[in-house]
Amino acid sequence: MKFAILVNEGPYQHQASDSAYQFTKAALEKGHDIFRVFFYHDGVNNGSRLTVPPQDDRHIVNRWSELAKEHSLDLVLCIAAAQRRGMLDENEAKRQKKDANNIAEGFRISGLGQLIEAGIQSERLMVFGD
Amino acid sequence: MEEEGVVKKFLYLNRKAPYGTIYALESLEVVLIGAAFEQDVSLAFIDDGVYQLKKDQKTSVSDGIGVKDFSKTYRALEGYDVEKLYVDKKSMEERGLSEEDLIVPVEVLEDTKMAELMEEQDVVFSF
Repeated sequence: MKFAILVNEGPYQHQASDSAYQFTKAALEKGHDIFRVFFYHDGVNNGSRLTVPPQDDRHIVNRWSELAKEHSLDLVLCIAAAQRRGMLDENEAKRQKKDANNIAEGFRISGLGQLIEAGIQSERLMVFGD
Repeated sequence: MEEEGVVKKFLYLNRKAPYGTIYALESLEVVLIGAAFEQDVSLAFIDDGVYQLKKDQKTSVSDGIGVKDFSKTYRALEGYDVEKLYVDKKSMEERGLSEEDLIVPVEVLEDTKMAELMEEQDVVFSF
């Protein structure tokens, strides 16, 4: 089955990102396709390059980056939600005249159209939120 | 970007009150962008989500909260061909609301009808 994943909460604050990750990983192991993982609302914070969580617990951002690399996943942060929350890639930072960018490896910023497209192209869209 | 010809049933499920959290506003933003894809769109308002459609939202600085009032955006949805708005009957009653309290025309559904509506959908966005 071809799945699309929507993550609506930030890392650690809610289990949504963990549940989405575990689901995505299990689905891939079973041979399913993951069309896209889209991050909305505070979910965009899962794409921060700057997190320094305690070393004795899971590194949520890195885990997503590694899974994306292993399976060529498309991890997308919604641009509108990202701008609101101070998540900027290099281009956006230049465009908005900000002095830093902070997107982690494997994530890209794009529009909400990517979420709609994911709903259209996948057979099932799974929402992980509060 | 658009898959030619594919029309799916999209349901936007709204269960949270506006302003207290961002879910109502950002859900609406998806609806507006999504309208360009010409899918079969419905919006459902359940639990505190029914408050999103309430008339007379006073949100200015002088009214007390200093947050942009986005309630009139629901009236603009018609212009985007998004016309199927459903509210949950029990949620309205529990909150002492009637259709006259709402900013747009809606269809009021009993919970079994709401469940049937959800069953028919291809994509359910829950914010």
